[in-house]
Amino acid sequence: MSRSLFRGLAQAGGRAFRHGGGNGIDTDRQIRFTFDGTSYVGHPGDTLASALLANGVRLVGRSFKYHRPRGLLSAGPEEPNALVELRQGPWREPNTRATVAELFDGLVASSQNRWPSLAVDALGVNGLFSPVFTAGFYYKTFMWPASFWEKVYEPIIRRAAGLGRAAEEADPDRYEKSNAFCDVLVVGAGPAGLSAALAAAQSGVQVILCEQDSLAGGRLRCDATLIDGRPGWMWAQDAERRLSEMPNVRIMTRSCVFARYDGGTYGVLERVSDHLATPQDGQPRQRLWRVVAKQCVVATGGIERPIIFPNNDRPGIMLAASVRTYINRFGVVPGRRVIVYTNNSDGLRTVADLQRAGARVVAIVEASAHPSKAAQDLASRSGAKLFANATIANTFGRLGVTAAVIRDNYGKEHRLGCDLIAVSGGWSPDIALTTHHGTRPVYRDDIAAFVPAPNAANQDLHVAGVASGVMTDRDAFESGLAAGYLAAGKTGCGDGREQTLTSPSVVDEAYDIIPVWHGLDAENMRRAGKAFVDFQNDVTAKDVRLAAQEGFQSVEHLKRYTTLGMATDQGKTANVNALALLAEITGRTIPQTGTTLIRPPVQPVALGALAGAHRGKHFKPHRLPPTHRWAEEQGAVFTDNGLWRRAQWYPRAGESNWLETVNREVQTVRNGVGFCDVTTLGKIDLQGPDVRTFLDRLYVNAWQKLPVGRARYGLMLREDGFVFDDGTTARLSENHYVMTTTTAKAASVMQHLEFCHQCLWPELDVQFISVTDEWAQIAVAGPRSRDVIRQIVDPEFDLSNEAFGYMAAAEVTVYGGINARLFRLSFSGELAYEIAVPARYGDSLARQLMRVGAPYGIAPYGTEALGVMRIEKGHPAGPELNGQTTAHDLGMGRMLSTKKDFIGRRMAQREALTDPARATLVGLQPLLPDAPLVSGAHLLPKGAEATAASDQGWIASSAWSPTVGSWIGLGFLQNGPARLGEVLSVHNPLAGTVTEARVVSSVFVDPEGTRLHG
Amino acid sequence: MRLTCPHCGPRGLEEFSYRGDATVRRPSLEAPEEDWIAYVYLRDNPCGAHKELWYHGSGCRAWLVVERNTLTHAVHSVNAVSVEDAP
Amino acid sequence: MSGERYSFFSLLRETLRGHTGWKPAWRKAAPQKAYDIVIVGGGGHGLATAYYLARRYGLTKIAVVEKGWIGGGNVGRNTTIVRSNYLLPGNVPFYEQSMKLWEGLEQDINYNAMVSQRGVLNLFHNDAQRNAYIRRGNAMRLNGVDAELLNREAVRAKLPFLDFDNARFPIQGGLLQRRGGTVRHDAVAWGYARAADRLGVDIIENCEVQGIRVHDGHVTGLETTRGFIGARKIGLACAGNSSRVAAMAGLRLPIESHVLQAFVSEGLKPFIDCVATFGAGHFYVSQSDKGGLVFGGDIDGYNSYAQRGNLPVVEDVLEGGMALMPRIGRVRLLRQWGGIMDMSMDGSPIIDRTSVGGLYLNAGWCYGGFKATPASGLCFAHLLARDEPHAVATAYRLDRFGKGAVIDEKGMGAQPNLH
Repeated sequence: MSRSLFRGLAQAGGRAFRHGGGNGIDTDRQIRFTFDGTSYVGHPGDTLASALLANGVRLVGRSFKYHRPRGLLSAGPEEPNALVELRQGPWREPNTRATVAELFDGLVASSQNRWPSLAVDALGVNGLFSPVFTAGFYYKTFMWPASFWEKVYEPIIRRAAGLGRAAEEADPDRYEKSNAFCDVLVVGAGPAGLSAALAAAQSGVQVILCEQDSLAGGRLRCDATLIDGRPGWMWAQDAERRLSEMPNVRIMTRSCVFARYDGGTYGVLERVSDHLATPQDGQPRQRLWRVVAKQCVVATGGIERPIIFPNNDRPGIMLAASVRTYINRFGVVPGRRVIVYTNNSDGLRTVADLQRAGARVVAIVEASAHPSKAAQDLASRSGAKLFANATIANTFGRLGVTAAVIRDNYGKEHRLGCDLIAVSGGWSPDIALTTHHGTRPVYRDDIAAFVPAPNAANQDLHVAGVASGVMTDRDAFESGLAAGYLAAGKTGCGDGREQTLTSPSVVDEAYDIIPVWHGLDAENMRRAGKAFVDFQNDVTAKDVRLAAQEGFQSVEHLKRYTTLGMATDQGKTANVNALALLAEITGRTIPQTGTTLIRPPVQPVALGALAGAHRGKHFKPHRLPPTHRWAEEQGAVFTDNGLWRRAQWYPRAGESNWLETVNREVQTVRNGVGFCDVTTLGKIDLQGPDVRTFLDRLYVNAWQKLPVGRARYGLMLREDGFVFDDGTTARLSENHYVMTTTTAKAASVMQHLEFCHQCLWPELDVQFISVTDEWAQIAVAGPRSRDVIRQIVDPEFDLSNEAFGYMAAAEVTVYGGINARLFRLSFSGELAYEIAVPARYGDSLARQLMRVGAPYGIAPYGTEALGVMRIEKGHPAGPELNGQTTAHDLGMGRMLSTKKDFIGRRMAQREALTDPARATLVGLQPLLPDAPLVSGAHLLPKGAEATAASDQGWIASSAWSPTVGSWIGLGFLQNGPARLGEVLSVHNPLAGTVTEARVVSSVFVDPEGTRLHG
Repeated sequence: MRLTCPHCGPRGLEEFSYRGDATVRRPSLEAPEEDWIAYVYLRDNPCGAHKELWYHGSGCRAWLVVERNTLTHAVHSVNAVSVEDAP
Repeated sequence: MSGERYSFFSLLRETLRGHTGWKPAWRKAAPQKAYDIVIVGGGGHGLATAYYLARRYGLTKIAVVEKGWIGGGNVGRNTTIVRSNYLLPGNVPFYEQSMKLWEGLEQDINYNAMVSQRGVLNLFHNDAQRNAYIRRGNAMRLNGVDAELLNREAVRAKLPFLDFDNARFPIQGGLLQRRGGTVRHDAVAWGYARAADRLGVDIIENCEVQGIRVHDGHVTGLETTRGFIGARKIGLACAGNSSRVAAMAGLRLPIESHVLQAFVSEGLKPFIDCVATFGAGHFYVSQSDKGGLVFGGDIDGYNSYAQRGNLPVVEDVLEGGMALMPRIGRVRLLRQWGGIMDMSMDGSPIIDRTSVGGLYLNAGWCYGGFKATPASGLCFAHLLARDEPHAVATAYRLDRFGKGAVIDEKGMGAQPNLH
């Protein structure tokens, strides 16, 4: 049939190739869709593929490498050829298989990987170079000159690379994640899966039945099988209805079990809205289910294989069972003059279906040495020519098959006109899920296919139906029931009801197959063009032969060298054929040649679904300190500190830049009083008689003598002797302590404490809990801080310097009896307090501080000013506590007690950790005060050449200090303490600058600490 | 992978964090340095049965001793560290 | 020896005669009785070691034994990234040596491994990360390695489709190494194998080591599934299986084996022309010459020899991916897989002698072994041939752990799953 005739028929309303009603479509309603700009009509229940076929569209895609014209090979998710860009704009979905895209009104699809059009594709010329473009040719050339790869060769290759185009804007649809738990998960709702679900459900266990298709039934919808005397799909519909009425069964259609993870966890993708133009209100596009099942029945059916013969890829050459699917489910007959080519009995079923649909079968080509009885009957009834022990030697037709050459038993060639060749190379059980845990399948000669290894059916995985290698419908029902009962029994959750279900009655024939994989001989391989093994990636039989010749004889090498099985279909229709061909070429059996494991996912999964709602602002949660809303009111600028959002500074009207604001905040603290929310510091409440001992073993310094009412600075090491974290711990009463950690390490310190207590020293009588979120903690700092705190804390508490001096700690009350904790701690180096109140009072505490502090010029300060002041005081923080530094590096070597065991003690004593040549903490000040010191710049001896050999340290933290009136920095320098006063070159090659700085004490402000004690 | 926490029941992997070999024992302060080095740095790292420490940080905060196969990921037992030998 | 030089002309000639003249890329060698040096592990590092032993050190009685098919371990299951953007003095010269070898690799081994210097861009999202990258970039520059600091606008010009306007952790800029990029990973194994084979190295596949024979404190050979193979020196390059093989000689290593997952999407028309890493989550991505997005994230975090991971990490990686590039929501994940990482206690590798005479160790590559392949081969060959460390690998000693001279780029301490 000519192309123009196809077009004419298409315009006749999409009914040209409908032979009547299919069991899965609603012919009473029509829906419109467009493909490559042409408008067509289909029916609800159609896939894009069936609707295109109904409209006479056979050419739907181009192959990856040679841009060969391609049509539909299959009717299911294994489709290698019919990939389209579905939808438009930000909704564009590249590489969508037309065979699984459900039709909806207004669907828009375009072909891809072609230019300027599908029918006329310029890169079709690649086919002319195919003699050069053999497997792996690129490894042998494009090597000279070296720089040409990026400049010349790769850009050309990349221009031709890829298939569809990703959308250019953010995906506008929503995705969800959900969890489900069941006793038995049944994968696949064909005859075996439905039976298994019925059996398991009858046992009284919780069942989830997942079917990737929109309808249950599997092959029962595709074949004209009679079950209990009625069409098989009706049995499936009844079974589905019975299951849906049972309270312990959940049926999930459009839901693909895409991976099997450990511990009975399965990844399931539910395509909630892909069959609709837009998701319904409140519904996501897709939903990722994490299904946890005690037992699983895999009833995923099989995948039909093509046969390898010259030019076996033309539009109109289709898998035989898919032809039946289009006829029976969709009411579409994919051709009018048909050749059926099969190596097995199942393929012959296609003849009767074609005839019933009004097509003419012109020839039956059987691979078996003698014509089968069934084929003889069919041929005599249909008038088809019958060829046994025959092959298809070639095909013709530029954009769709128009003729085939059949080589008969005697080697004689017969050219027959045709517009459809239905091919069956036999069935491969769909075993993907059974190999996800690394269990290799085993080969069975009698069905010429790989089946799950017996040990894959271990404690929690059972395989039924075609997936298990039973090839008839009767066996599918029986194995499904058996697997369902077995799985339910193994869960131990059943109610012990009798197992009364039996298989329905079905008339089936045995499955016979002749393991013929190709129709090639040396001559036609050379003469008659390409015989494709992997359609999408254009891997031919010649490529497999060449790979084997070059030593790529391991099946993994073959795949990687030729790209076989690496396309979007993952070689579902190619891998076993390739293996068989490789076995033949290398003179080995198929089991000797091996097989590859099938990696997840079973079907491609949208990346958006795996991310769910975690994108944009919802990527990670925000943690907000209790004063956040108040800080917003103040117009604070915020920054991220891990998950926390913290006020970075509080700009005021008239301030022209952030530095002016930060300088003002620093000066406010240094000269008056300021406050800052420090709730983010980790807080751990410890109680018990052995807390002192516990602290002694956690911190490097001594804790036995800390009196009630005092706090102490502590340094923690990791067991390898490097610094882990620092903070203060206060003793509130005899057996009650509260520890602070850095913001960054709050969770890991808590985990560390739990480890030390539960695993190392369970004999210690201590209890502890994280109270980071329970207490709002605010630092109030500056020479006037006592004046402010006095007005917050209830008057019965004596806050005089004598009664509540530096490092004092107490439980107090504020505002007439609200519990609070008061610490005389200072990160800024000023007279300062940290006051903690229950988190719900944090907001009002900030407001009160503003009110009572107003006469003293109080102002809030943010993390930036906090950072400036801690650098001014030489306190180490994140950049200095980076996990690579030792106590020695921080100038705290002498804090390490020699009188007790503590975490990290032994390893900290090693020479490499205390070597004076290590870079240790120093202060740095530029020779010109205004010359910025850049954190991350490196320290070299003055005037030294800028090489790694001269690299002696780096600047870890730096800031403009309004107090010193200069840039200042904290850095690490080899032999640092011995080099006070030395002038260094500060190198920042990234910015192209070299400046000079002097090594100074790391404490820039109030080195004697008098202000602290004021 | 799922671990059956003795306190909380079966839970997903995302609730736990991993530490490693549960058979290493912290030496005494006086032990020879090679014992310390072995404790901190050396591991049997077997392919097969492995006794290891997990922390139920998003649950009850218990440290657990898990017997698990590193080749198959099969979990054979999960116990609170308190009923096991402390490492 | 296998065949002639590969070139455009040899390809043309073979085209004209139907490609009948191509020889196997490497011989299927059967084990001889004894060798001077046997390398255990036919992955990238083992094959590169054999090649450099033959090519640079003139040794010829060399075998590589591989339990399966060559290139089946991590060289065949990584995300193909090469870079030398390290911070610490023990690492930078080594990885830069590797980068230089990549730059001349194809001409050296006469095999097109598609070394593509498309740039590696590490994004940062806050001031502390920026400062850490400045320190690192400056360390690279002082070592003669290229590095550039990009601000937000420069990143936007390069990758305009990243989430700049709605991100939880807005992109502030990035550290770019233009010489970094990707390499066709399988071809590295095949190319080294072919080149080593041409120099007389025996590559023995399907030959699993079952024991290491030691006499008087010195190795004498290997018990294998293909019989005993004598060896004066044995070099272990077994990546994730290092602990198992070393245990045959009674050694315990500062290594845990962990699983790292990697992912590839369906093929797409090219839109990412560099390697990009997300600084606020575990996600890095590049696009292969075939069009697939190749991406990965963090290790699963528990000891594993299973070559497969679990769902939480898959979700974590894609959450990072969608946070960084929300346009990929409708792109599909095609395949995920896992490799066994030899995670060392400080996150850096080991190329050193062991306490057993004649037994040498190349291990601890963590999830960064692919980029190291050429330099690892060169330095291990140097050590095996000369019995002293190569100048750029002097820090990779086994005793550094005991001494505390660790090379801990991430500052996570002796906790392999945190590196």
